Amino acid sequence: MNLVSYEDALASYDPVMGLEVHVELGTKTKMFCGCSTELGAEPNSQVCPTCLGLPGSLPVVNAVGVESAIRIGLALNCEIAEWCRFARKNYFYPDMPKNFQTSQYDEPIAYNGYLDVQLEDGSTFRVEIERAHMEEDTGKSSHVGGATGRIHGATHSLLDYNRAGIPLIEIVTKPIEGAGERAPEVARAYVAELRELIRALGVSEARMDKGQMRCDVNLSLRPNGTETFGTRSETKNVNSLRSVERAARFEIQRHATVLGAGEKIIQETRHFHEDNGTTTSGRIKDNAEDYRYFPEPDLVPVAPSREWVEELRASLPELPRVRRARLQAEWGLSDKDMQAVLNAGAVEPILETIAAGAPADQARKWWLGELARRANETGTELAEQPITPAQVARVCALVAEGKLNDKLARQVIEAVLAGEGEPDEVVAARGLAVVSDDSALGAAVDQVIGENPDVAEKIRGGKVQAVGALVGAVMKATRGQADAAKVKDLILEKLGAA
Amino acid sequence: MPGITREEVAHLARLSRLELQAEELDHLAEQLDVIIGAVARVSEVAGQDVPPTSHPLPLTNVMRPDEVRPSLTSEQALSGAPAAEEQRFRVPQILGED
Repeated sequence: MNLVSYEDALASYDPVMGLEVHVELGTKTKMFCGCSTELGAEPNSQVCPTCLGLPGSLPVVNAVGVESAIRIGLALNCEIAEWCRFARKNYFYPDMPKNFQTSQYDEPIAYNGYLDVQLEDGSTFRVEIERAHMEEDTGKSSHVGGATGRIHGATHSLLDYNRAGIPLIEIVTKPIEGAGERAPEVARAYVAELRELIRALGVSEARMDKGQMRCDVNLSLRPNGTETFGTRSETKNVNSLRSVERAARFEIQRHATVLGAGEKIIQETRHFHEDNGTTTSGRIKDNAEDYRYFPEPDLVPVAPSREWVEELRASLPELPRVRRARLQAEWGLSDKDMQAVLNAGAVEPILETIAAGAPADQARKWWLGELARRANETGTELAEQPITPAQVARVCALVAEGKLNDKLARQVIEAVLAGEGEPDEVVAARGLAVVSDDSALGAAVDQVIGENPDVAEKIRGGKVQAVGALVGAVMKATRGQADAAKVKDLILEKLGAA
Repeated sequence: MPGITREEVAHLARLSRLELQAEELDHLAEQLDVIIGAVARVSEVAGQDVPPTSHPLPLTNVMRPDEVRPSLTSEQALSGAPAAEEQRFRVPQILGED
């Protein structure tokens, strides 16, 4: 079946999305036991009777886990439950040795919030939050005997339970309606904003590439102008911002193709494939899915006092949105210029460059100019360019000291990117330095005046704008290493036109 | 109080991956019905003033500090496993998933 184009899909259908994001907290220990959460340990070396579900063991809640959940809830403008419980989610799968996952069911710790996200055109879209609840991560399975580690065709599976029990916060949006063609962009912007928020709170590094933050994209289409939701698909564990956007986009096209052919969308989980941007069918969600949730009898309820909640609210750090507004004011940028900084991912590099001593406008100029261009050309993130903010700041300092002009500074930046070393090393090795020695410059100016008597005459006669030709000649003679403004002054002075 | 049906027992058996014969379904439906009936009698004595509870102790907010405690060694952890391989728990083929 040929895929309907994105534009055609949107011409007939209105997408509705639901996003579920799992965040692994950066606590030292697991949610219900004192096992370490350190990554990279030997298999099954960070497990104990509790997280292995051995008989007689009893879980006890991690106080920092609860505190982190409340802080996330508050930052998402949620109400915090006065009293809530954990629940057992029962299922038959070996990734939890207890045979259930301790989660929260109908009593989440945080609910009814929202997150305002900024889109690329600078407009704001409000994503409503249904709930944020506490649960635990599962163990890691590897499948042996089949092709490329898949379950299909495997003869048996191996389980490492180091990850089982690591605190997770699941954040669920309400249905996101009205985004239209911007639905994929909204999905990406939401996950990006949430990631920044989580990092600002310091509750997790939220590295998607390390699985510390993962997103499920639920999506359905309904004919334009109708209200009833269509059948949704659930694309699981999408693990980069770009993939979130691509997965939503592909599912919109796929749904439109299926619906357009008069067929029905099957409610199922789907897997996203990074290599070609498509999704494939996973597990069909039939009525066999029945988790038989019930309140966890081994844990007592969590009832955060209002005093504690208010204390946590008062101690929230500056949130990303507020911080961006402050920086925009500090840097004196228009909305459009600030948006350019945000779109380029340049906030942190600029801040670090300023911290290393560069003026704000200079720091912004380099990161949005040369470096953003290079990031674009190479398809890499701005922050990943092989130059440090300190190196950019050093180039700015050399310019400020008059040792480099703009043109030379550009060459130094390029050389640093090419791996030629620190800015000062490049300047020394390439012999790049502004010729500011007046006698050397004076000689060059005298020579150029001597070679261009007619131009010199015009300037003497008052045609000062003709000086550009002579400045150009001097710059050429000094291989760009002169300070153009200074050259101009010098020529005018010598010709008595200053 | 409607009794537990044969179909409900079959559903639970499927969720638990238990293979039950027809006569076992009948037998278990009957037995589970008795158990649930006995538990349900508690509701008869609990009046409106007794809220449902999930825990016998009137406690809330029992939490522990986020401090690492010693784990088992992987040898200890795997010592009770029916099968292990590459320092991991080995489980039979997983079916019905992909």
